[in-house]
Amino acid sequence: MSPSPASSPVYNTPNYLNAEKGVRSWLTTLDHKRIGVIYLVLTLTGFFLGGVFALLLRLELLTPGPTIMDAMTYNRMFTLHGVIMIFLFMIPAIPGIFGNFFLPLMIGAQDVAFPRINLLSVYLYLLGAAIAVWGMIHGGTDTGWTFYTPYSTTTVTTVAPVLLGAFILGMGSIVTGLNFIVTIHTLRAPGVTWMRLPLFAWAMYATSVIQVLATPVLGMTLLLVAVERVFGFGIFDPARGGDPVLFQHLFWFYSHPAVYIMILPAMGIVSEVVQTFARKNMFGYKAVAFSSLGIAFVGFFVWGHHLFTSGQSTFASGVFGVLSMFVGLFTAIKVFNWTATMYQGAIQVSASFVYFLGFLYFLVFGGLTGIALSTVSLDVHWQDTYFVVAHFHFIMVGGTIMSFLAGLHYWWPKMFGRMYSERWALAASVLVILGFNATFIPQFLLGNMGMPRRYYSYPQQFQSLNVASTAGATLLAFGFGIILTYLIASLVKGRAAGPNPWRSRGYEWNTPSPPGVENFPGTPVYDHGPHEYHEPVAGEVTRAH
Amino acid sequence: MNLLNDFLRDLLFLPVQASDWARHLDFLHYFVFVASMLGGWATLATGLVFVLRYQRRRGEDEQSTPIVNPKPIHEAVFIGLPLVLFLTWFAIGYPQYVELQTPPKGAIDVYVQGKKWMWKFAYPGGPNSTDVLRVPAGRPVRMLLTSRDVIHSFFVPALRFKQDALPGRYTQAWFNANVPGRYPIFCAEYCGLGHSSMLGELVVMPAEEWDAWMEQQRRGSQPVAQDGRPIPAEEVDLRGSLIEQGQRIAGVQGCFKCHTVDGTQHIGPTWRDLFGRTVKLESGKTVVADEAYLTRSMMEPNAEVVAGYKPVMPTYQGKLSAPDAAAISEFIKSLRTDAPTAEPQKGPIYVPVTGK
Repeated sequence: MSPSPASSPVYNTPNYLNAEKGVRSWLTTLDHKRIGVIYLVLTLTGFFLGGVFALLLRLELLTPGPTIMDAMTYNRMFTLHGVIMIFLFMIPAIPGIFGNFFLPLMIGAQDVAFPRINLLSVYLYLLGAAIAVWGMIHGGTDTGWTFYTPYSTTTVTTVAPVLLGAFILGMGSIVTGLNFIVTIHTLRAPGVTWMRLPLFAWAMYATSVIQVLATPVLGMTLLLVAVERVFGFGIFDPARGGDPVLFQHLFWFYSHPAVYIMILPAMGIVSEVVQTFARKNMFGYKAVAFSSLGIAFVGFFVWGHHLFTSGQSTFASGVFGVLSMFVGLFTAIKVFNWTATMYQGAIQVSASFVYFLGFLYFLVFGGLTGIALSTVSLDVHWQDTYFVVAHFHFIMVGGTIMSFLAGLHYWWPKMFGRMYSERWALAASVLVILGFNATFIPQFLLGNMGMPRRYYSYPQQFQSLNVASTAGATLLAFGFGIILTYLIASLVKGRAAGPNPWRSRGYEWNTPSPPGVENFPGTPVYDHGPHEYHEPVAGEVTRAH
Repeated sequence: MNLLNDFLRDLLFLPVQASDWARHLDFLHYFVFVASMLGGWATLATGLVFVLRYQRRRGEDEQSTPIVNPKPIHEAVFIGLPLVLFLTWFAIGYPQYVELQTPPKGAIDVYVQGKKWMWKFAYPGGPNSTDVLRVPAGRPVRMLLTSRDVIHSFFVPALRFKQDALPGRYTQAWFNANVPGRYPIFCAEYCGLGHSSMLGELVVMPAEEWDAWMEQQRRGSQPVAQDGRPIPAEEVDLRGSLIEQGQRIAGVQGCFKCHTVDGTQHIGPTWRDLFGRTVKLESGKTVVADEAYLTRSMMEPNAEVVAGYKPVMPTYQGKLSAPDAAAISEFIKSLRTDAPTAEPQKGPIYVPVTGK
């Protein structure tokens, strides 16, 4: 896993990558940075798998009838795509990789509060992922990632293993969240006050709160489905006296906040990226920090907007609709503040910054379509159509993955001590952004036309837009291929990055690249906030005691 | 106005508007779309201007910048502008939704049953059909939806109409299609292998044609399929109207051992004038005895017991199919003496079956 060629000048100094050698040292590591790298490998594997399934789905949808697979395979494949992308990539990726690696560096700590629990979360992830993927492939689960009852409690395919897998993954998510909350509360270095806390740390804090509070409900819900399937208790299936809509309430009580588990860390990353590449302090630091908490809080009271057509009372729908708009409001506040941060800045258009701009674009239009959906009446037409699919892919894929790529390019030199080809990175970023648009704009229009989601076959009139979407997905895959190639090349022969290639004044850059096993020599003390660029030369940033 | 409507509808790939409600919904759609585009691109364009204007000077990696922090007015604008816009949209959209969920009195009732993977329709006093639903143009139609197995969702893009069909209970919504034509019906809630082939067709007929067709169907003479083809005699449902079916099923199931139809109290509440009444429950709450309550009382009789009665009724879950329950509901409905919904149901549906 360690890419270190011993002769390379980059790794002459001892660091977290070459301090210990061998697979065993990685499997038993308690170092938050190594755990971040392990998460990088694991979640990218998940992303690759989910991406391959996505491409196969798009290929199947090239023609109205059967193209390359039968209906059962298609149903299994979109279940695989959804479960893997959400539970194995979107939820754990940013907290697992960047949260683990950078949160302690950003607050001047030597590690997270509970390093052993941190390692445990890796093994929970591995165990949960193995059970879920094995269960889905072996048992052919065809419920979709939403497991709606009574379909999921009556389908002939196997469902229990994937529920168990998601349950275990949820436990990993909870302990990670708990770990980060305690870390931020107790391990901030002297001078890192709450109002100097890097915005990525604020976002991780808000995310962790959701993880700790919402995930147990998912665990209980999945357990109830499993109990109904295995023991025949009537909880959700009306044929046994259960209530199918109860499942939707319980499921979205977790799964709606879960989309903020996916997007809040992304918002944290772009806050760091825009400050570094515009060389500006955040315009409205408090507004950005507190709106993260606002989203985390309001996010718990909007789940019913998934149920506007389910027969839910009109009053409830109205309340959920208005509350949903407040999520959009908090997001708008962030967008305006990020934009204003560029005012009077000194902007360097790096690949990471292009992804920040892409993120803004996808968040603005993904967000506004979300507001449109929460007008309640428009949702009647769009519910369960490709419009909703396009909306959440704009936010989740366009938003979270843009930000993930922004963070990956921004922090890559710190993590591995080497630079990648900026030229290739810029080319790939343009390709990826174009590919996203080409894939998902046709899907908005398909939704307007009325094409329902999870359709294996479709009437003729939907074909041309489906072909356009598939073409876009191909472009996207090509872009990701380029990124993978130059990043691997960077590991092998990238030039040395030096401690701070972007001249960032974020706290995490006050370390060598890659950082040593001990993050800081002694305890750092800060007398200024992160990302203060008003003085020509940064003051003495750290003092070792 | 029409020109603009057609232009934006084509631009957004929206299907034809077969009802006024669909038209009104599209107007909100246009408003939201145009305002989103203007607001979104104004924000992004501002960002792009900043990117071009405030480029880092060449070779100055350590260029310093002034500290700029917002004044309260900035944040107030950042919060106020989107809030006003969003709430305006909601103020338009939410009443539309309430309207959709509130059927007018006198609407024609259609019972819809989803099952893997077909749609079944039944008219009170009229015929049953599969996958093809005929409705008269310009008259409100109330859909009472349920499912026999998993959740389905009845979706007519041309009406911008969607309502989930849930097993074990009824949901309702209504539409008033005023443009005659044939429109596709999709199932929007994933329901397994045949989800994407669970297709139906909504046929909106001029009202007089529909009246004539319904008359013909009800008489049972010259059975024709709903698309006009003659259908074989063994497929024609000869069991009579839903009301008659309901009476027969209630007899077979023994409902009359406890419930009377003449207003006298017995072990259970009488069915006379029950429908539409506000009933006081044992729990102290009140509930309107509509289709949903009646169905629930058959499936979960002890959930909402009427005040003054003992919870002794057995469940009919599994004994009554969804159409049976619908038929009994219709029968109970027909037992109203002052029925405001039963009486003005113009059109042939409520013409007494034996009247001709």
